[in-house]
Amino acid sequence: MTTQPEARPRLTPAPPEVSWLGMPPFPEAVKTELRRSQQRKNLAHATHTIRGKRALRASEVDNWEELRTAAENIKDRVGRHLDEYLLQAEAAMQAAGVTVHWARDAADATRIVTDIARAKGVDEVVKIKSMATQEIDLNEALEEAGIAAWETDLAELIVQLGHDLPSHILVPAIHRNRTEVRDIFAEEMGRYGTPAPEGMTDDPTELTDAARAHLREKFLRAKMAVSGGNFIVAETGTLVIVESEGNGRMCLTLPETLVSVVGIEKLLPTLEDLEVFLKLLPRSSTGERMNPYTSLWTGVREGDGPQDLHVVLLDNGRSRVLSDPVGRAALRCIRCSACLNICPVYERAGGHAYGSPYPGPIGAILNPQLRGLDSPVDKALPFASSLCGACNEVCPVKIPFTDILVHLRHKVVEKKTEKHPTGEQALMKTTGRVMSAGKNLEKVQLASRGAGLVFKNKWLGPMPIPLASRWLQARDVEAPPTQTFREWWDKEHRPSAAPGETAGGQGSATEEER
Amino acid sequence: MTATLPTPRQANPGRPGAGLTVAIFATCIADTMKPSVPRATVEVLERLGCTVEFPREQTCCGQIMTNTGYFDQAVGSVRNYVRAFGDYDYIVGPSGSCVGSVRHQHEMIADHAGDAGLARAAGSAASHTYDLSEFLIDVLGVEDVGAWFPHTVTYHPTCHSMRIAKVGDRPLRLLRAVGGLKLVDLPEAEQCCGFGGTFSLKNPDMSIAMASDKAHNAVSTGAEYLVAGDHACLMNIGGILHRQRTGIRTIHLAEILASTAKEA
Repeated sequence: MTTQPEARPRLTPAPPEVSWLGMPPFPEAVKTELRRSQQRKNLAHATHTIRGKRALRASEVDNWEELRTAAENIKDRVGRHLDEYLLQAEAAMQAAGVTVHWARDAADATRIVTDIARAKGVDEVVKIKSMATQEIDLNEALEEAGIAAWETDLAELIVQLGHDLPSHILVPAIHRNRTEVRDIFAEEMGRYGTPAPEGMTDDPTELTDAARAHLREKFLRAKMAVSGGNFIVAETGTLVIVESEGNGRMCLTLPETLVSVVGIEKLLPTLEDLEVFLKLLPRSSTGERMNPYTSLWTGVREGDGPQDLHVVLLDNGRSRVLSDPVGRAALRCIRCSACLNICPVYERAGGHAYGSPYPGPIGAILNPQLRGLDSPVDKALPFASSLCGACNEVCPVKIPFTDILVHLRHKVVEKKTEKHPTGEQALMKTTGRVMSAGKNLEKVQLASRGAGLVFKNKWLGPMPIPLASRWLQARDVEAPPTQTFREWWDKEHRPSAAPGETAGGQGSATEEER
Repeated sequence: MTATLPTPRQANPGRPGAGLTVAIFATCIADTMKPSVPRATVEVLERLGCTVEFPREQTCCGQIMTNTGYFDQAVGSVRNYVRAFGDYDYIVGPSGSCVGSVRHQHEMIADHAGDAGLARAAGSAASHTYDLSEFLIDVLGVEDVGAWFPHTVTYHPTCHSMRIAKVGDRPLRLLRAVGGLKLVDLPEAEQCCGFGGTFSLKNPDMSIAMASDKAHNAVSTGAEYLVAGDHACLMNIGGILHRQRTGIRTIHLAEILASTAKEA
């Protein structure tokens, strides 16, 4: 995010000075985030609520697992034949009157959108909530070009007016509670349009009324809208957007020009395939049986909706992800956020700690692949998980998150230079050697037994030992025993002889000092 | 992968393991740090009539290397596992995590090493590898192992036992059959305790935050013991419970199953 030259005042609220990749890596960021009591309370409440709703809605569908498998297969087929489906989609869209643009990266995409806006002579656009435009930081590119981009999704509006960054894919202001929202609206709305009413409370109805009045003015004025897209149907060239608030419908029907920035992985082969995803997405995402607004449009129709339609097909690292046989499953993602909502790490860290508009488990596997493993932020992300696997189970397209995380960890390790081996590398090399033969482990156990003799059945408390202190700062640990299992086996184990008898009363847990 | 599940043996309910030879996979961490867990496993298996053998060559599933991204360094563990256990029909370990790693990751590591022969052997050994709870219920066909443990306990389903090894409700079925035992529900039971192997060292603050919440939930149950099927998770949660002087102790499922009225 760049600072604005003095000459021209900003058109839209300035986001924080720090860029995503300029943020501290996950383990550092977490130290701060864990101390934000209000945010943790907000996040715990929101994630637990939506988690429960998702589970209920998924359980209502008899063939839920079959739907997940179907979605996985459809998305994998798209990936395998992406070149063909892209050309098919382009031809179908062009035949329907859509101008199709190809963007290799974020710079390409933002330039294309800016050029369209300039050609149309507009100085503002209204936006439907879109992850692709967050990914390419489109709003700031437009701001620099003197074009104001107004977010019209309620939560994106809260983030934008709050000079903030999104922290969740579906609910970007999930880290805010309604009192904070009230304060942001009261303070900021008047600076950028219709102000919030005097004396507005934090009652949700009053807050949405204020947002409605503030946005209505912008909808009616706007000549150009910018959206993302949930799906593009290759056979028909149909663009699909699902949303909950109706703001999308406003953007799709009122402005004369519509530009949709869509990742190249968003294709579906046929309209029939859409059925699978329209069942899976709302139930996985908002925990609703059906989302309130589903818009499908195929090209330009005279006298109905936008008369100038542009689709920007965005690569921005996706074809590189596709070339990785393990990592490519991440491209199945339909941005439902079920993985965020179930994640015990996300629930406590919040979204900003992931250094990207894609937070949570999907962010941990997508960002390092889309952006590469060059920055400290991206190198830390594959490790920002306890590998508990809760995300694997809720993902509607069956992304094997934990397998991809482990795969990316290996890539991080491969990048470590052999010239300057780290302590971790040395430790892993040694451990690998120890564990490659029983006799090696026995030698190490001589040391653990020695420590056992020194500490004799004691619990060990905080100690200033490197690495170990990270564990011992909060946990005690039992001293190692003087006798390992294998030593017990050699010296004391006698197989139980006859039916009904126990093994001589030795080795029972309850006898021991724990 | 799917474990091959033979028909449960119910011909001899008193000694359902009679005639079966079982290799115990002690796991490196329990072998070294908590021998009472594999000892209890041996005790249960022998009480049920199994002949237990301990292949001395065994070490570790290699998960600590694999999950930290050190695939090359994990190959030795996979090779060694095959060497130690390759000849056994039944390999039983008291850990959903280690067993899960053997079954889910060993072939991948062998493939990474470009060793097709090892991959085949690893796949075969993996298909004979069971978590204790799986072996007792699926192979021996028993839920009541004759244990007596007159205490209130709460059960934490460890993530890898639940989601990688997929032991399901088997540990709960075994616990419900234990004489004198009162089982109470753990709130947020399916949330990770925050151990995650080297995660606890690479992301210590997050790990502590998660472990503290797990410990808090355990305390809220009023149980005397928190029981689980993985010693590493118990070390994590138990470390917090001990530091905070909560009075709740951690105990491995195998240790409860090994306890009998005679000892109590």
